[in-house]
Amino acid sequence: MVEEGSTLMRRMEICVAEAEKRSGKNAVSMQETFTHAVTPDCLWRRYSEFELLRNYLIVTYPYIVVPPLPEKRAEFVWHKLSADNMDPDFVERRRVGLENFLLRVASHPVLCNDKILCYFLTEHGWKEAVYETGFQAKADSRLRALSATFRVRNPDKCFMEMKHYSDELQSHTSQLLRARARVADRLYGVFKVHGNYGRVFSEWSAIEKEMGDGLQSAGHHMDAYAASIDDILEEEEHYADQLKEYLFYAEALRAVCRKHELTQFELEMASQDLISKKQQREELATGIVRTFSFKGMTNKLFGQEAPEQREARLKLLEDLIAEGEETVKEKTIERAEHVEKAWVDIQRFKEQKDKDLREALINYAVMQISMCKKGIQVWSNAKECFLKM
Amino acid sequence: MSISAPRGLASSGQKPITEILHPLSAAEEPLSPGPDVTVSGGRDKEVGLTNGTPVETPSPASASVLFNRLQLDDDLDSDGRDPYADTETHDLFVTVDDPKKHVSTMETYITYRVSTKTTRIEFDLPDYSVRRRYQDFDWLRTKLEDSQPTHLIPPLPEKFVMKGVVDRFSEEFVETRMKALDKFLKRVADHPVLSFNPHLNAFLSAKDLNKRQGLALLSKVGESVKNVAGGYKLRVRPPEFCAMGEYLDTFNQKLGTIDRIAQRILKEQSEYLTELREYGTVYASWAGSEEELQRPLEGVAGCVTTCCGALEDMSENMGQDFLPVLREYILYIESMKNVLRKRDQSQAEYEGRLEAAVLRKQEDRTPIPAEVEKCQDKMECFNADLKADWERWQSNKRQDFKQLLTGMADKNVTHYEKCQAAWESLITLLQDKQTEDKTSETN
Repeated sequence: MVEEGSTLMRRMEICVAEAEKRSGKNAVSMQETFTHAVTPDCLWRRYSEFELLRNYLIVTYPYIVVPPLPEKRAEFVWHKLSADNMDPDFVERRRVGLENFLLRVASHPVLCNDKILCYFLTEHGWKEAVYETGFQAKADSRLRALSATFRVRNPDKCFMEMKHYSDELQSHTSQLLRARARVADRLYGVFKVHGNYGRVFSEWSAIEKEMGDGLQSAGHHMDAYAASIDDILEEEEHYADQLKEYLFYAEALRAVCRKHELTQFELEMASQDLISKKQQREELATGIVRTFSFKGMTNKLFGQEAPEQREARLKLLEDLIAEGEETVKEKTIERAEHVEKAWVDIQRFKEQKDKDLREALINYAVMQISMCKKGIQVWSNAKECFLKM
Repeated sequence: MSISAPRGLASSGQKPITEILHPLSAAEEPLSPGPDVTVSGGRDKEVGLTNGTPVETPSPASASVLFNRLQLDDDLDSDGRDPYADTETHDLFVTVDDPKKHVSTMETYITYRVSTKTTRIEFDLPDYSVRRRYQDFDWLRTKLEDSQPTHLIPPLPEKFVMKGVVDRFSEEFVETRMKALDKFLKRVADHPVLSFNPHLNAFLSAKDLNKRQGLALLSKVGESVKNVAGGYKLRVRPPEFCAMGEYLDTFNQKLGTIDRIAQRILKEQSEYLTELREYGTVYASWAGSEEELQRPLEGVAGCVTTCCGALEDMSENMGQDFLPVLREYILYIESMKNVLRKRDQSQAEYEGRLEAAVLRKQEDRTPIPAEVEKCQDKMECFNADLKADWERWQSNKRQDFKQLLTGMADKNVTHYEKCQAAWESLITLLQDKQTEDKTSETN
């Protein structure tokens, strides 16, 4: 499986190269170069097409934690960043996010083999192909099922823990994103106020003789300090994007767990149904009514039915029981398969998450160090100027 | 004062200023028998430090005080342009420290220990240690202003504090006030004229400060002061004093702006700190639900907490060291503008009287009365004192602000250094774990 994944990557170089505004709506261009093909192919795909692809994938592979798309609209913004979707910085970050999505999908051991994915990457007519799969009917019922509340008697403990974990992950990442945005907002204020020193030092230097030069140059450093926050915070947005990816990943993980609940529930229902049908058969066959039934009551009140009728009903029940047994078999297999495959992918996801987030934290620390170094530089320069006063 | 020719005292003749009987000082002021030249005081840098002559300290106990002063002087040395380096001998050292609370039935107040070490003969003993309260400092300043109205008297920290708003007995408030009082006293002690004022002597040495002590002095001074406040109008102010006034106005404005900026920064930093703390706790709580990521997340939480601490320290410093000095200079400027106004009045009086006398002379040949000459002397002394003090003030101001601003830069650098160290140690921790994992994987 993994081999095939890397085969896809080797065959194609996927990069989402530019974002271009086309007739008022954002579109993203994808550039693929086949290493073995003659001509490079270039396709235009809109964000909504990416959404379509992803919806297809989550319906078709309910046991896979499907990589998320970058956000459609800017959220968790701090005041300077416009919430404008046309803002070039936001568009750029979304482009990177889309590229990241495709790379993750294309390197996934299971997803990479999907035909529709292939069409998405190569053909202009992919949309027809994806609609032809009929996934949308499944999508609707899936949505209904996932949002329904049903009581599962015996869910797998591991999956329940995982579902609980996905809730925690979602809660923590969103809390962190909000707190980070507030911190960024305040830090911006601190830096910008220092710019005022630049102005007043310059004005003050005008009335000084010996102190003038030192003050003036120090003022320039204060201006530089105030200006430096813009780049610092822009860089931090990449960290925020990494957190956001896992915020959305948490949702995908939860969906897989819910799917398990659903298969378990359906199995339980089918089993329950089979049991009750078998019971009915027994009652009909032996004449002993164990449980209360309307039929039993009417029999008592109005007399037993004719033997032919009983035979007919028994036959019907037998058929239903046979069907029911098939259903139970199916559902058991479905459930077992889902558990097996999903658990494999969940483990894969866990490892990926731990690795990615640790790297993200390291990068964050690196960013902080860089910011500290810049601060030291500026203030040391200012100090030199003050000493010359 | 040193034996070399004093500078900037155009009309005072060849005598050092302390030897001239100040027109506004009472006869009680003891005439200094001569400028105090104690080369062995060790503060005269030309003789002491630069020639390699060992510095003889007047008393062993003042060595540490000397050392502290020397540190600052070393800065002056490298600067090499302090105009008073070779003319002033520092033989009077004062310190204000050790605040203590006194509770009596009538009131509660704080006293400070005022320690003096000196070789001057105006003092009976070489060492003094007395306790004084703010009221006493205020008394001293008023006395100095009254008895030396032509000089710039350093300011005191603010007298009134709104009870209920500011805690007069909090450690921070007392600490800040004490530093300002210490600065005030040091500036007075460093001043070539003010340091010889008998009220200062009394303040530093008397066991019980009898505040009625200058009463006789006051009456004579009061009259002269009243005279100066007569209704004369100034015609033309000499350009150098115009320049001083303009400078003070602009400087005052700029200081006010800087004060506002500094306060605003403190406010923004405090709000940032609040958010940063919350941010740290989010990492910590996330760590609780993770396994592999628990330590990295806790590490980040720890770093954020360290940064919070560093920021808190810096903000506290700014509040305690930076802002009070700014405010002090604003007060200084106020008192200086007052002195400039009095100088104007002294000039106006002289010109008024002169004009009247000249007219009378033209009418009936009455000679110009001696009073007019006295006025002229008064005015010229005033001008000379003011110019000398102005130079000195400019020089001190330069040093003070250099120190203040480099201090601010230092605090910021230290803050960032602390933060950087925290994040760097986290990276080491995280990367060690990474290599640890990799080796365990391959094993």
